[in-house]
Amino acid sequence: MFKKILIANRGEIAVRVIRACREMGIQSVAVYSDVDRAALHVRKADEAYHLGPAAAAESYLNIPKILAAAKRSGADAIHPGYGFLSENPRFAHACAEAGVKFIGPTAAAMEMMGSKTRARQHMQSAGVPFVPGTSRGVESVDEAARVAEKVGYPVMLKAAAGGGGKGMRLVHSADQLGSALDGAQSEAQRSFGDSEVYIEKAILNPRHIEMQVLADEHGNTVYLGERECSIQRRHQKVLEESPSPIVDAEMRRRMGEVAVRVAQAAGYTNAGTIEFLVDQQKNFYFLEMNTRLQVEHPVTELTTGLDLVHLQIRIAAGEKLPFRQEDVLLRGHAIECRIYAEDPDNHYFPSPGKITLLLLPSGPGIRRDSGMYEGWTVPIDYDPLLAKLIGYGTDREQAAARLVRALNEYFVGGIKTNISLFRRILNDAEFRAGKLDTGYLDRLLARPGVDAPRDEHAAQVAAIAAGVFAVLDPGTGARAEANGTGAEAVSNWKRAGRIEALQ
Amino acid sequence: MTYDVNIDGKNYRLELERVDGRWACRVDGRAVEIDAVLARRDVLSILIDGKAYEIKRERTAVDMHLWVGSVRYAAQLRDPRSLRSRVTADDGKGPRKLLAPMPGKIVRVLVAESAEVEAGQGIVVVEAMKMQNEIKSPKKGVVRKLVAAEGAAVNAGDVLAVVE
Repeated sequence: MFKKILIANRGEIAVRVIRACREMGIQSVAVYSDVDRAALHVRKADEAYHLGPAAAAESYLNIPKILAAAKRSGADAIHPGYGFLSENPRFAHACAEAGVKFIGPTAAAMEMMGSKTRARQHMQSAGVPFVPGTSRGVESVDEAARVAEKVGYPVMLKAAAGGGGKGMRLVHSADQLGSALDGAQSEAQRSFGDSEVYIEKAILNPRHIEMQVLADEHGNTVYLGERECSIQRRHQKVLEESPSPIVDAEMRRRMGEVAVRVAQAAGYTNAGTIEFLVDQQKNFYFLEMNTRLQVEHPVTELTTGLDLVHLQIRIAAGEKLPFRQEDVLLRGHAIECRIYAEDPDNHYFPSPGKITLLLLPSGPGIRRDSGMYEGWTVPIDYDPLLAKLIGYGTDREQAAARLVRALNEYFVGGIKTNISLFRRILNDAEFRAGKLDTGYLDRLLARPGVDAPRDEHAAQVAAIAAGVFAVLDPGTGARAEANGTGAEAVSNWKRAGRIEALQ
Repeated sequence: MTYDVNIDGKNYRLELERVDGRWACRVDGRAVEIDAVLARRDVLSILIDGKAYEIKRERTAVDMHLWVGSVRYAAQLRDPRSLRSRVTADDGKGPRKLLAPMPGKIVRVLVAESAEVEAGQGIVVVEAMKMQNEIKSPKKGVVRKLVAAEGAAVNAGDVLAVVE
């Protein structure tokens, strides 16, 4: 087993991996940028090394600096977390060269899965179901038109190197094809330095369901159940759950077996996720493979009772999977909310800043994986994910009820968060009925908010509280100026005088 | 102690006295029985006619909000005896400051000093967490002071410009 693991990441996932190291008696090494010296992961680790400026290219994406920190600390393995270098085959390769074990798949497996067209060519021979379309880029508008005619409109144009919705175009009819292809190709070139674009039949209102797999380095591969990830905004997942409300045991077995075939065809090792698009008739199609630990892995941990990070480390250390497929049993239901520093009243614009007040939820069926603490300033430089709140229950209804209860206990002051969004989703009738697809959240947000009632009585309670606060807890610099209103800070003289007058 | 409290745009006259550890409270002249304990900074436990509330206070650089349960109320508090708070009440006249609503970086300045601007017109663009946000003029007028410079880092509450 490893003696010391360097975590090449920040935020909640770095803390998550450090915790696993602690539990396994392994020393942990954090790395940090200029703006992350006070970050939680640096506080929690056994050792910490400075990388460089805030810009990711000079810190968390900088391979030489990270390997230098690994060398200096004497770490014998590196966990990449998610994002940053986690799916970079050059990094996996550089780790191997430096004699440090990369906790993840091999560079070759990552490379194969990194290109959507290449992955598709490989997977077709493994009998993996695909959305009808081309497995390589189209050369001309004529060729695109022939393919589109064959699979039937509407079709989707997609960048081979793509992700995050870039270089994607939905085309409803032949006359739109030419300009859409031009647009997709130039966007793909700009975003990924590669203009290759392929065509797929568009699946309208699909679900996004993914399957967790785990493969050891001795040829054993298992699947650990699915996660429903259809609730997305701007192609980013917001809320995930396991199991999916529409997947039954038979469908799970079929998806799981396909996922295992995909992993085996790629020579895959360690934890990975196979993403599927699922149409309204419950047909599922291979979308892509994520060659890392997912943000949403806790919902799988809760329903399987397994610790995926422990298993990742044990697999990387050369151990065999300690169980077989038939030992994997799913129990209960888990739902994860991604708590982001963003403002629900301002188009979910990022809201970094200092956390002035933090009240934490707890109690039955609640897990919180967090990278924040009270008094910490959320930097402006990185992804706005602050924490994940996961609810677990005997069934979906109980898990949702526990989450709503916990969200009401959760309070993050000083910055804006999307906590209110989850109350809205979890109380929504369509969500409760499990009627989800990737357009669900946009539809929900287009409707006027039906938040908790803002009744006159509660407003009056707020008015009383405002006065009581002013008496008991005037705070520092009672109020800063608001745009346009020149209200000034209460002076200490005045405050002291008021308190005395009230005694 | 008397306060003019504004909650989500509605005004309340609040009278609060504390006698022998007990509170006397009147809202718009009507007596209300309350008990209050400060649980910790910015967290208040209030009992009103036997009903229990936990109130959270949130203050950013630019505003104050109170949370009653899961509902958030914009709150403003004024002491009517204070001359300055009467004078500086928001009447739309006089110079108004444009403040950074969040920490970030100025990526673009959209107008020049002395430019005439409409209410709601973009003045500067602030970038945070890879997203850009246009900061708009609070009123129609002339840009008198333009503190913001492209490339500069700003904190929440920093003055970006003054519109007169």
